[in-house]
Amino acid sequence: MRSKVVLGRLLHNKQARYGCIALILLVALAYIGPFIGAYEWTDKDFRAFLSPPSADHWWGTTTIGQDMYAVTLRGMQKSIVIGLLVALISTALAAVVGAFAGYFGGRIDRLLMWGVDLLLVLPSFLIIAIISPRLKGGSWLWFVVLLAAFAWMITSRVVRSMTLSLREREYVLAAVYMGIPRWKIIFRHILPNLSSLLIIDATLNVSGAVIGEAALSFFGFGIQPPDVSLGTLIAEGARNATGYPWLFAFPAGLLVVLVLSINLIGDGLRDALDPGSNS
Amino acid sequence: MGRFLLRRLATNVILVAIAASLAYMLAATTMNPRGAYEGRQPPVAEAVVDATLDEYNLNDKTPVFQRYVTWASGVVAGDFGRTWNGGSVNDEMGRRIGVSLRLLFVGTLVGFVLGVGLGAYSAVRQYRFSDRLIGVSSFVIMAIPVFVLATLLAIATYSLNRGLGFTLIEYTGEYNPKLSGWDQFFNRLNHLILPTISLSLGSIAFYSRIQRNMMLDVLNQDFVRTAMAKGLRRRTALFKHALRTALIPAATYFAFAFGTMLTGATFTEKIFAWHGMGAWLVDSINQNDVNAVAAVSLFASLCVLVASFLSDLLVAALDPRVRVN
Repeated sequence: MRSKVVLGRLLHNKQARYGCIALILLVALAYIGPFIGAYEWTDKDFRAFLSPPSADHWWGTTTIGQDMYAVTLRGMQKSIVIGLLVALISTALAAVVGAFAGYFGGRIDRLLMWGVDLLLVLPSFLIIAIISPRLKGGSWLWFVVLLAAFAWMITSRVVRSMTLSLREREYVLAAVYMGIPRWKIIFRHILPNLSSLLIIDATLNVSGAVIGEAALSFFGFGIQPPDVSLGTLIAEGARNATGYPWLFAFPAGLLVVLVLSINLIGDGLRDALDPGSNS
Repeated sequence: MGRFLLRRLATNVILVAIAASLAYMLAATTMNPRGAYEGRQPPVAEAVVDATLDEYNLNDKTPVFQRYVTWASGVVAGDFGRTWNGGSVNDEMGRRIGVSLRLLFVGTLVGFVLGVGLGAYSAVRQYRFSDRLIGVSSFVIMAIPVFVLATLLAIATYSLNRGLGFTLIEYTGEYNPKLSGWDQFFNRLNHLILPTISLSLGSIAFYSRIQRNMMLDVLNQDFVRTAMAKGLRRRTALFKHALRTALIPAATYFAFAFGTMLTGATFTEKIFAWHGMGAWLVDSINQNDVNAVAAVSLFASLCVLVASFLSDLLVAALDPRVRVN
C-alpha cells in the first residue's frame, strides 16, 4: 500500500516526527486543557486584574480579570478550527479551478487564469480588511469563507500546469474515448493524480490560514469580541507587552509553535510523498 | 523581448485599473462615511450632511456607479478625491508614499540580497554547521508572523535602551523633528533599523530556502564542473556560472514575495508608528474613508505591478533563453 509507505517515510523523517508530536500535544492542550484548568474562559476574577502567573491563575490574568490559560486555549481552539477549514476550502477551490482551466483550455482557461491574475494583483489582506466591517456582528464562518476565497490562487496555477501534462496521458485519453463526461474525468482521473501536491498544499495552507487569521484579527478585522482567537489575544497583549509580558508571551508563543509544527509536518509530507522534489 | 515586456506591461496596467475599480466599489458599498456625521451633539441636519457628503463624493444616496464615475474621472486626471473630513487625498498620499516606498525599497533590497546570499552560501557549505544553522533559523523565522516579530523587536529594544540608560536604537516614529543636517540624517537611519529588520527577516528566510535548493541543483551540473575544469577560480565559477543560473527561480518569486512584503509593511508601520500607506489603510478603514482606501488599494496594486515587471526584467537579464524568444 502506498499510504503505508508514505506514512513510514513520514515517521522516519525526524523533523516530521517532532512536528507530529508537537501538533498532537498542542491539539490535546487546546481541547483537553480547558478541563484541567480551574476557570472557564468566560469567568472573570474581580479580585485579580492583570495579575502575573501564579498558582491560582497559571498564565496570569487579563485587564478584565479573565484567566489567561483558559482564554488562550479557547483562542487556540478557534485558530485551529479556522486554519483547518480555510485550508480545506481553499485547496479544494484551487484544485477545481486549476484542473478545469488546465483540462478545458481555451476560453475557460483564459478566463479563469485572468481571474487568478486579478486576485493576485490586490493583496488579499487588503480586500478582506475592506470587507470585514460589513461582517461585524456576523458569524465567524464568513471570515473563514473570506480567508479561503483569497488563499487559493497560487496553488491553482500549479495545479493547472500539472493538469496540462496529465491530460495527455493514456489513461485520461482512454477515459475520453470511453465517453466519460469531461467533468467526471477531472474528478476521477486528474485530481487523484495530483493528490500528493494537494495534500502538501493543504497542510501548508493550514499554517498560512492560522497566520492570516491572526494577522487580520490583530487589527480588529477578524474575529470579533467577545469571541477570542490567538490573533485578538496577541493584539491585546502586544499593546501591553513591556509591562505585562504574560499577555503577549503565551498566545504568541503558542501561535509560533503551532505554525512551526504544521510547517514541519508539511515539509516532511513533501519529502515522503514526492521524494524527487527538492523545493 | 521588448515587445513581450510591453505586452506584459499593457495587460498589467489593465489589471491594475480593474483591481483598483473593484477595490473602490467594495469600499464604496461596504463603508459608511455618513456614520461620522450622524449622532453628533448637537445633531447635524440631514440636508447639511448630504451636502457635505455630496461635496466629497461620499454620499451613499448617490448610486455607486455614479460615484465611481466621478472618482474614476478624478483619478485619471490625477485627483484622488477627498478624505472623509474634506482633506485632500493627494496631499496626504504625497506625505505618506515616500515613507512607505523608503521602507519597502530598503526592506526588499536587504531581504533579496541577504536571502540569496545566505541561501547560496549554505548550499556551498551543505551539511556543515553553518548550513544547518541557516536552515533551522530560516525555518523558525518563517513560522513567526511579522506582528509577533515586530513586537518582540520593540520589546527587546526597549529593554536594551532601558538597560543602557540611553536610547541606542529608536523604536517609534520615523525621525526626530528637533534635529537638522547630518544629525537628522543619522537619526533617520537609526529609526530605519528596526522596521527594516522586521520587514526583511521574513523574506531573507524565504529567499534563502529557495536559493539553497536551486543552488544545490545547479552545483552538481556539468557546466559548473566544466567551468572549474577549464581553470576558473572556484569563486568565479560559483558566482558567474552557478549563482547566476540559480538566481532565476528566486527572481520569478520576487513578485509574489513583494505582495507579502506589502502586508508586512502595514504591520511594521503600525507597530513602529510610521505614518505610511499601510498604516493609513488601517486607519482609513476604521474611519470609513472610502477615497483613502481606494487610493491605498491603487498604490498596492501598482506596487505589485512594478514588482512583477521588475521580476520579468530580472529573469530576462539572467536567462538568455527568455531574451531570444
